[in-house]
Amino acid sequence: MSSTVEREGTEPGDPAPSPIQPYPSRPGPARPYPTQVNTGRPMIVVRGPRHSGRVERRTVMVCLILAALSMAMLIASLATGDFPIAVRDVVATLVGQGTDKYELIVLEWRLPRALIALILGGALGMSGAIFQSLTRNPLGSPDIIGFNTGAYTGALIAIIIIGGGYLTVAAGALVGGLVTAAVVYVLAYRKGMQGFRLIIVGIAVSAMLGSFNTWLILRADLEVAMAAAVWGAGSLSGISWAQATPAVVICLILGLIALAGDFSGRQLELGDDAASALGTRTQGSRLVQTVVGVALTASVTAVAGPIGFVALAAPQLARRLTKASGTGLIPAALMGATLLAASDWIAQHALPGITLPVGAVTVSLGGAYFIWLLIAEAKK
Amino acid sequence: MMLRMVGLLCCLAALAVVIALSLGVGAKQISPDIVWQSLWHYNIDFDDHVIIRELRLPRTLLGIVVGIALGVAGALIQALTRNPLADPGILGVNAGAAFVVTVAVAVTGITSIWGYLWFAFAGALLATVAVYAIGMAGRGGATPVRLTLAGVALGAVLGGISQSIALLRPDVFDRMRYWGAGSLAGRPSETTLVVVGFIAVGLIIALIAARGLNAMALGNDLAQSLGTNLLATRIMVIIAVTLLAGAATAAAGPIGFVGLMVPHVVRWMVGPDQRWIIPYTAVASPVLLLTADVIGRVVAPPGELQVSIVTAFVGAPVLIALIRRKKVSGL
Repeated sequence: MSSTVEREGTEPGDPAPSPIQPYPSRPGPARPYPTQVNTGRPMIVVRGPRHSGRVERRTVMVCLILAALSMAMLIASLATGDFPIAVRDVVATLVGQGTDKYELIVLEWRLPRALIALILGGALGMSGAIFQSLTRNPLGSPDIIGFNTGAYTGALIAIIIIGGGYLTVAAGALVGGLVTAAVVYVLAYRKGMQGFRLIIVGIAVSAMLGSFNTWLILRADLEVAMAAAVWGAGSLSGISWAQATPAVVICLILGLIALAGDFSGRQLELGDDAASALGTRTQGSRLVQTVVGVALTASVTAVAGPIGFVALAAPQLARRLTKASGTGLIPAALMGATLLAASDWIAQHALPGITLPVGAVTVSLGGAYFIWLLIAEAKK
Repeated sequence: MMLRMVGLLCCLAALAVVIALSLGVGAKQISPDIVWQSLWHYNIDFDDHVIIRELRLPRTLLGIVVGIALGVAGALIQALTRNPLADPGILGVNAGAAFVVTVAVAVTGITSIWGYLWFAFAGALLATVAVYAIGMAGRGGATPVRLTLAGVALGAVLGGISQSIALLRPDVFDRMRYWGAGSLAGRPSETTLVVVGFIAVGLIIALIAARGLNAMALGNDLAQSLGTNLLATRIMVIIAVTLLAGAATAAAGPIGFVGLMVPHVVRWMVGPDQRWIIPYTAVASPVLLLTADVIGRVVAPPGELQVSIVTAFVGAPVLIALIRRKKVSGL
């Protein structure tokens, strides 16, 4: 497939915008078109015979930088620990040139946790972006439809009342979260779905379950309650390939589905009337988006517990870095991955001898970065 | 106008009924005659009189005051940020209070509720000031979205640190799980007296700011061209929310949902005029809070459920039923 890459924008010396050219009526060989719309932001335009697309140059740069950062975090978490390994040796081990000892430590012990932090972070970021676009609200997150609260309820019942192990808790969380999300969706559905009604019903159901959770924690013994609270904070401790592989595969598949549905998602942001007029089936694509967003969070929660704040903050952070108008899925996913990987490194190594739940770190670290960003943005 | 006046009177009547229930219902059955008698002819020799005057009356008064404060704070913050998800906690009130109380428990090992009160109030005030300072930085000023995000961010930081401290120290965790479930019971009788002054001032500022908020609902530009001082209105609202929510949280612990829900319901009843929303909310919120408190007393004998746990179970179904029935109105 032949394609041309050209730039469009406001570089000095650009010719004046030429008159609008008619778009070819049938697919033909690609050829460069003159600049049609000058948005004042440098663009990268890709045109192929059947499909074409344009992305802002700044978005591409931000994504590349975030990807590099998350890779750096991956290497860092493979290199540090009780037994420090030189970065050179880590890279050698990754490409299959390491000693047996290094292979055991890097590939078997450290790689699962580090890789899982990246992928789960990406899933959370993407799910947050979906929900913020769906509700057109910067506070939108999977918790809007009560997922995390419901998952916590399920897990609390599993821990406090049934007293089960890892699998029971994961199953309890999944069932609790999915049932809650479904109940919220059904209660909010009435002759179609409205974002505002979804938010209010979500608040109401989350508030009920949140109170129920408080009550469960209050009536439990202190030790059990603390174990439940650690799960509720979200933790990646003790994760192995066996537990994580299914979630990772599911997250990757869901990510692809989310990207495929991204176009109709952006049309929904225009409002239902405009989106329908442009040919989007609003109810159908909203349902698909909701399901994908919830499923992404569900896979994360089943593995690691409800890790807070990543889904809320990653899309907003990415949006502020790219200076784009909406919450893009890929920047949000990369941001989430970087955020969770960095947080998990800090949770393991920041305080000597103490491992914090990663959720406690994501919340304080992400929040602090968010505050800094708000201030820095305002100074410009 | 007439209709809204009648509605307000109905709400007041409901409040009177709930107050009567709150005095009359509890673990010990006390007949209405004796309740009435104890209020006007208090005799310390009768156990029933002592129960009413020393336990149920302070609790009811605290419920009224805290209910008013939470509801009005919620109405104000939703109007200011034009965000239906905003509750008084959005300005970091709960997170700030919990943070300072956690640190105080961890460092000094305080156990008395009285000690919590001032720490909680200080935390709420500091957090709100910090949120506003972050939101205001730069030229744009404290726009609603920036305030909301600053509140969420600061709340997250403080919450994360509190959580870490609590998870590393079982004794702190144990204290905080009880503080975290807000309750009207077991507070010293002077609690209401301490907070009522702050709440009264907050309420007056709220009523003064109502006109400005009405204009701001039209959009900032239009409000400014109508002669509203945006900065003054915002600052007044922030001060009012801080006083109201800070005092309520200090007195009763974090109680969610009242400030979130009542303004929504009231807005569907009376429309968008803040000069009606605020008085209606001030009457309707204590109705919800006291109803929840009464239910909490009788639902799980011989124990009680904390009011913060019951509010959501009482309020949420009502909210869901309303939003399914009504044509929804945004902000």
